[in-house]
Amino acid sequence: MRIGVFVCHCGTNIAATVDSEGIAARAGELKGVVHTEDIIYTCSEPGQHAIQQAIREKNLDRVVVAACSPHMHEVTFRRTVEGAGLNPYLFEMANIREHCSWIHPDKPEGSEKAYDLIKMAVAKVRDLEPLYANEVEVNKDVLVIGGGVAGIQTALDLAEAGLKVTVVEKETTIGGTMAQLDKTFPTIDCSACILTPRMVDCSQHENIEIMAYSEIDRVQGYVGNFTVDIRKKASMVDWDKCIGCELCQQKCPAKAPDAFNEGIATTKAIYIPFPQAVPKKAAIQVDYCRWFQEGKCRVCERVCPADAIDYEQQDEFVQKEFGAIVVATGQDVFPWEDYYHEYGSGRIPDVISGLQYERMLNASGPTHGHVLRPSTMGQKDVEPEEPKTVVFIQCIGSRDESVGRPYCSNVCCMYTAKQAILTKDHVGMETEVYVFYIDIRAFGKGYEEFVKRAQTEFAVKYVRGRVSKLYEERGKVKVRGMDTLLGKQVEIDADLVVLASGITAADGASELAQRLNISYDQYGFFKESHPKLRPLETNTAGIFLAGACQAPKDIPTTVAQASGTAAKVLGLLAKDKLKTSPMIARVDQNRCVSCWKCIEVCPFSAPEKEELRDGSYKSHIIETVCQGCGICVATCPVNCIDLKGFGTQSVLDQIEEVLLT
Amino acid sequence: MAQATETATGTTASWDGEGRVKVVGILCNWCSYAGADGAGTARLRQPFDFRIVRVPCTGRIDPLHILKAFEKGADGVLVSGCHPGDCHYAEGNYYARRKLELLERMLPQLGFEPERFKYTWVSASEAQRWQQVVTEFIKGVEKLGPREGRAL
Repeated sequence: MRIGVFVCHCGTNIAATVDSEGIAARAGELKGVVHTEDIIYTCSEPGQHAIQQAIREKNLDRVVVAACSPHMHEVTFRRTVEGAGLNPYLFEMANIREHCSWIHPDKPEGSEKAYDLIKMAVAKVRDLEPLYANEVEVNKDVLVIGGGVAGIQTALDLAEAGLKVTVVEKETTIGGTMAQLDKTFPTIDCSACILTPRMVDCSQHENIEIMAYSEIDRVQGYVGNFTVDIRKKASMVDWDKCIGCELCQQKCPAKAPDAFNEGIATTKAIYIPFPQAVPKKAAIQVDYCRWFQEGKCRVCERVCPADAIDYEQQDEFVQKEFGAIVVATGQDVFPWEDYYHEYGSGRIPDVISGLQYERMLNASGPTHGHVLRPSTMGQKDVEPEEPKTVVFIQCIGSRDESVGRPYCSNVCCMYTAKQAILTKDHVGMETEVYVFYIDIRAFGKGYEEFVKRAQTEFAVKYVRGRVSKLYEERGKVKVRGMDTLLGKQVEIDADLVVLASGITAADGASELAQRLNISYDQYGFFKESHPKLRPLETNTAGIFLAGACQAPKDIPTTVAQASGTAAKVLGLLAKDKLKTSPMIARVDQNRCVSCWKCIEVCPFSAPEKEELRDGSYKSHIIETVCQGCGICVATCPVNCIDLKGFGTQSVLDQIEEVLLT
Repeated sequence: MAQATETATGTTASWDGEGRVKVVGILCNWCSYAGADGAGTARLRQPFDFRIVRVPCTGRIDPLHILKAFEKGADGVLVSGCHPGDCHYAEGNYYARRKLELLERMLPQLGFEPERFKYTWVSASEAQRWQQVVTEFIKGVEKLGPREGRAL
């Protein structure tokens, strides 16, 4: 055996606390090691070249690189050794950066541990054998989960490139949060005017199938070959017949909360969220329908000209196959009522969230774009009143550790500036508009200029400081806060207070992540494979991210990411066959006792009963199905299954080598 | 084989040295190993007496691996994987939990102090939690000191 050990300095990232040169020299004492070398940057071109040269000149048959985490560069170095003619699986990394030099400031200690980690890697590499990747056919259809602007953009890009795309949306229409917005910053162009044509493009594209009012029930399979069960929720309306005429909604006698309008108006039990909905189909909210609750009514059935109402409808399950999955499930508005009790917990009618205000500003919203005080709306003998003083409070559920949201929501500074400008535009320049802020984060193209416009051209008064309390007094909302620049207490009698509610992970995000086997962070946002180098991929091959499901994002960033994701999917599906990892389980059939425990435990149905020539049945792992988790290996009672690349002997040898010094 | 280099605090840097304990970690590739990576990237200091073996999934761990580590002289073994429900392979950590729970109850009967073995869940985004878990576990083992004779 001829092992080469290459120890990286990573500039000073490793070398500052690990004596790379010294431990490289010591590694020469290890059994089987014939070549050692320390390299300033192993991953650089000269670094990789040095490895290849050593493999050729010293005839190495195993390589250990002691550098960063294998999550960082294992793939890089496998390619390097392969380039020098060595099997890429005769390679192992020792993680002496993330697991050593960066966490141990003491150089002798760091060096000692790094040496131990190299010993372990050398012990493991001795047990490795050459492995060869299998190939599997690739399904070229793509599933996009979520029909907001991210999902729409990805779907259109993919469909334009010729792939078949299925968009699964949980609401009855695609459009997502952007469909609720009035205008978009920093251009103040109409959100619907730029979004709804895209929605229509989606519905008319021959390569796109929209499955609205549907959710992901189960995901099986792996990159190139996912099998997905989709639940089409019962809308109680036969969508093949529904023509979207809205007659049912007009005649329905039962009121229901209007989620699309963020609760500032009511809709009917049978509803179409908004006139430009795609698909424009009605659905019954069973909890509010008189027929379902009281057993009488059936008005919608009588008025429907298309005979589309179906009170007996049940959820329907559809199974589909895909090669790749894009998750674009967006975000929710931070539920401030549950957290900010000093702001009235939602009991003060004239304190509303930013998205509620957005609906009020929207010409197609419940107030037809008139800004009104909610306390004066919908009452007999009271004329709805326009506010004369409007106060915006930023960072609600953002940058606030006390409510468990230390992150910045990215969009609130800008949408507040936009709403402040629109307030002046809708109500009049004489309206007093205040914005309480911590910092203004106007980082994007044209953003800083936009905020400056609000402050100068529209005379919006920006007050740096937090508001400590909101309460009702004599028909006004008393705003008590601090101007930290002047060092003074501030009190404002406001007619309307708009809370710039931040972004929180979408409801059900973690459950979806569990179904997809992708990672998510402590806030419920999905985790990318690498924050800088693989921001569009998840750690599960074939599953990608787009938009605010990954982290709070504004529309330009979301659309840019969505197109980037489409490009990633196209890159993956450009191949007709994919190489599968050869680091999978293998059965020694001579020792198999046909107990089928491996079949019982495998989450992927990779083991099968194989008939041998003598008529007996033994376990056999289907190579393209096995994902290499090793559950069967640890379960087999006679230890006749091993995991290639993570063999039992290699685990034990690593432990033994490092303990027996 | 280990060189007797001195550290800044005067202790020997060798894992074998006076006052040292040997703790082996067996971590799943997707959550805890990545969480430990994150802790490194964030420069979160951790005890030195710890060496990590990477496996694809905690479901791949045979309790014998842990017993073997003790047999070869480990003073403590820490297993960490994805949180229940978050396994990269859907259910590997559930199988691990059953076996490791049993092992955890069995070890005291074999004469091991309970502080010498722990299995836990740390996700890829929980760098700080990883620092806490590993620091506390090793503190516990340090309190007990090296196992006498060190072999099983």
